[in-house]
Amino acid sequence: MKVTIRFFSSLREQLGISHQEHETVSLNVAQLRSELMLLQPVFAQALAPGKAIRVALNQEVCEDTALLSEGCEVAFFPPVTGG
Amino acid sequence: MSFTVAIQTQDFDVSHEVQALRSGRADVGAVCVFVGTVRDRNDGDNVSTLELEHYPGMTEKSIQRMLNEAQQRFEMISAKVIHRVGILNPLDQIVLVAVTSAHRGQSFQACEFLMDYLKTQAPFWKKETGPNGSHWVDARISDDQALARWGIQTKNALPK
Repeated sequence: MKVTIRFFSSLREQLGISHQEHETVSLNVAQLRSELMLLQPVFAQALAPGKAIRVALNQEVCEDTALLSEGCEVAFFPPVTGG
Repeated sequence: MSFTVAIQTQDFDVSHEVQALRSGRADVGAVCVFVGTVRDRNDGDNVSTLELEHYPGMTEKSIQRMLNEAQQRFEMISAKVIHRVGILNPLDQIVLVAVTSAHRGQSFQACEFLMDYLKTQAPFWKKETGPNGSHWVDARISDDQALARWGIQTKNALPK
């Protein structure tokens, strides 16, 4: 299925990309993260397990087990620091 | 009743915002306003500029959700949240939370709740620039703890 991936803040800078359309075979957010790590070494480094990364599915913070759906938007970003 | 959010690059006028919240509402007996501003030092480093990035769409939704949550908890009459994004400098205003209620207690509490919520739940990221270059600001455990006082557990600042 096709999904939109977004990256913000330090993750966006590290990967040199803010968003992209992605054809995925993953069923959930955790699988998608693993799948993206295979794209390029810089993705493997930035998204490695243990990195402080938060994920939002369709603009709501979600757990790793959240299920993907056709056309959904998945955003990866570091802890938030507004206010 | 008005509970609104604005994400903007331009500055805001506190007295104008308070006037708008109070306008025609003789049941308002208390207005509580919090304004966050840019410091010239953070964690011992000099700060010359502060850049604020956000997640358009999710930001507005998450703040609207927090206003809904605040309405469940406190007797608010109206509220306004403004958060600036883009490049800011020391002395600039960053964020406004303004709340009205009949009596002061509810406004004070709602205002603090909204700021505690915003710090760890709204998708903003700060990047500081100083004499030694730029870096992204780290999330603080103390902000997670501030929200926990309201019975909301968050793991925003956890290292993984």
